[in-house]
Amino acid sequence: MIEVVSAARCVACDVCVKVCPTDVFERGPDGVPVIARQGDCQTCFMCEAHCPTDALYVAPFSDPAPPGSPHADEAALGPALGAYRRIVGWGSGRTPGSRADKNHLFTRRVRVVPERPED
Amino acid sequence: MTGALDTDVLVLGGGPAGTWAALAAASAGARVVLADKGYCGTSGPTASGGNNLWYLPPDGPGDARARAVESRFEQSGRLADRRWMARVLDETYRRVDDLAAWGYPFPEEDGVQLRGSLQGPEYMKRMRRRVHRSGVTILDHHPALRLLVDDWGVVAGAAGLARQRAAAPWTVRAGAVVLATGGCAFLSGAFGTNVDTGDGHLMAAELGAELSGMEFSAAYALSPAHGAHTKGLMMQFATYTTEDGAEVEVPDPLTARTRVAELLAAGERVYARLDRAPRDLRAAMREAQPNYFLPLDKAGIDPFRDRYPVRMVLEGTVRGTGGLRIVADDCATTVPGLFAAGDVATREPVSGAVSGGGAYNGAWAISSGTWAGAGAARFGAGRARPRAVPAGRAGLEPGALDPAEVVAAVQAEVLPLDRNYFRTRAGLRRSLARLDALWRRVAAEGVAGTGRDRLRARQAAALTAHARWSYRAALARDESRGLHRLVGAPTRDEYEHRILTGGLDEPWTAPEPPADPRLGPPPVPWSADPVHESPGALA
Repeated sequence: MIEVVSAARCVACDVCVKVCPTDVFERGPDGVPVIARQGDCQTCFMCEAHCPTDALYVAPFSDPAPPGSPHADEAALGPALGAYRRIVGWGSGRTPGSRADKNHLFTRRVRVVPERPED
Repeated sequence: MTGALDTDVLVLGGGPAGTWAALAAASAGARVVLADKGYCGTSGPTASGGNNLWYLPPDGPGDARARAVESRFEQSGRLADRRWMARVLDETYRRVDDLAAWGYPFPEEDGVQLRGSLQGPEYMKRMRRRVHRSGVTILDHHPALRLLVDDWGVVAGAAGLARQRAAAPWTVRAGAVVLATGGCAFLSGAFGTNVDTGDGHLMAAELGAELSGMEFSAAYALSPAHGAHTKGLMMQFATYTTEDGAEVEVPDPLTARTRVAELLAAGERVYARLDRAPRDLRAAMREAQPNYFLPLDKAGIDPFRDRYPVRMVLEGTVRGTGGLRIVADDCATTVPGLFAAGDVATREPVSGAVSGGGAYNGAWAISSGTWAGAGAARFGAGRARPRAVPAGRAGLEPGALDPAEVVAAVQAEVLPLDRNYFRTRAGLRRSLARLDALWRRVAAEGVAGTGRDRLRARQAAALTAHARWSYRAALARDESRGLHRLVGAPTRDEYEHRILTGGLDEPWTAPEPPADPRLGPPPVPWSADPVHESPGALA
């Protein structure tokens, strides 16, 4: 679930508010988004991919991080912010991650299995 | 937007099927509005997960397409349709050509693009851009709650709420509507699927639409236990162990899922480790499916070295195959003016009784979206519609029930492996008795919530309806086939046909009538009234 919005990095562009498919954020009084409905977060990482300043961190868990968890501690996370955007290859000077897509190596191996092998 | 708009074609849903539908309708000259519950470009399992495609060039070695159709027909439990399979292969190939021409950054091997896989964020970001440039009006965060219907019973638009504008009501009047609202994963949390709550199925059924294949709704996928990242492809390299470290004995890791499900259903912990992955492939695995590894990396798990607990997450009719029945090549439903594309439609024509997950659904979204968009444009452009009134009932007016409690009550019947993955006749009947009682309360007492929470109320009703159709169809298929596993009941030849379902207060099931081969493709099951200028009905 979404755990961290870095006020230090955020430029109040509202992109995360717009792109979150389950409408988790609200624009805060200072423009920095607040996590208004964490329970609706489905851990899809789309906000992380779209945030232009790597100000968001989505923890890998389907439930909220417990109090004191490093997954809710911006200082402890450091370079983990923006990890998905790097992988997707968005941002200036980056190559789209799809150029390195290697799925063909793995779908070839599973062509004849009847039950949902291929996504 | 708030207030009212008027258009030729309204597309509900902005995933792959909805965006392809919007493009097809716009290129046919129609005015198009696309309304997404969330954000067109991130909504749904494709944007978050990506998918492989059932993709074969026409000039493949030998007669590759014909052979693929034949082998996949047999895999489908013999419920797919060879003609539709061939159509999907052909349409998908041509539309992926479009994607390449628009600049989608495919990988290359020896100077040749490999076009059989789409990375979700990149794909859907580009689809949104294309839709926008085609002049389509995109309404984000505009969940539709109900359809509009005209005096002749023809669909004439939809209405909903603008959830980022103080839940203001909106109405779009339209000559035709494409439903591309996705399947239903019952809010299980499976990667990207929580927008898929079966809203479209409910809206359509309220106008009498038929559904098909709803018994093939028991799609589950493996995920690390701490999350819901249901990506299956990498599990081909998994070794599974139980709590004591004993390896789960399976003949082939690709068929391990059923054995793992049995253990999980019995309450055991099961662990996976991708230790069968050849070392020289591990970097490529990450490049193929980065979003399988990201949640593991973040959790500090090295999946090649560490064993990690897994669970099975329900994906319902998102990766099952059931959905609205399609009765014409343009993806018309049984309701005039209403077309269905992507996972809201039954995918039996291509995948029959087995999961449409991944390759089939990806190809189906592209091709069915394209056909539905074109069909809706033919039907809707210029169609006169002097009056359009809102349809629908359950969950629309504020009432007494807590939506979260309704959702939890539905989930209690559909999420557990021992109720849905492994079905029994007695278990299905018990669940249906509780779900029918729940439906009666939803219909009679209403669901609470104001403002944006009207969506939660409506979703609760939609989930309830979806579970009832799924289990009714499951009882009507007194055998096991594909995704429908009825414990102790083998596959039976006399069930080699599809099963239709529908209805709300009085749900029904029926075998699909066999098509008469002398008559060619089936006709649309309603006749056009020439007075109201519906060219689509005659096309």
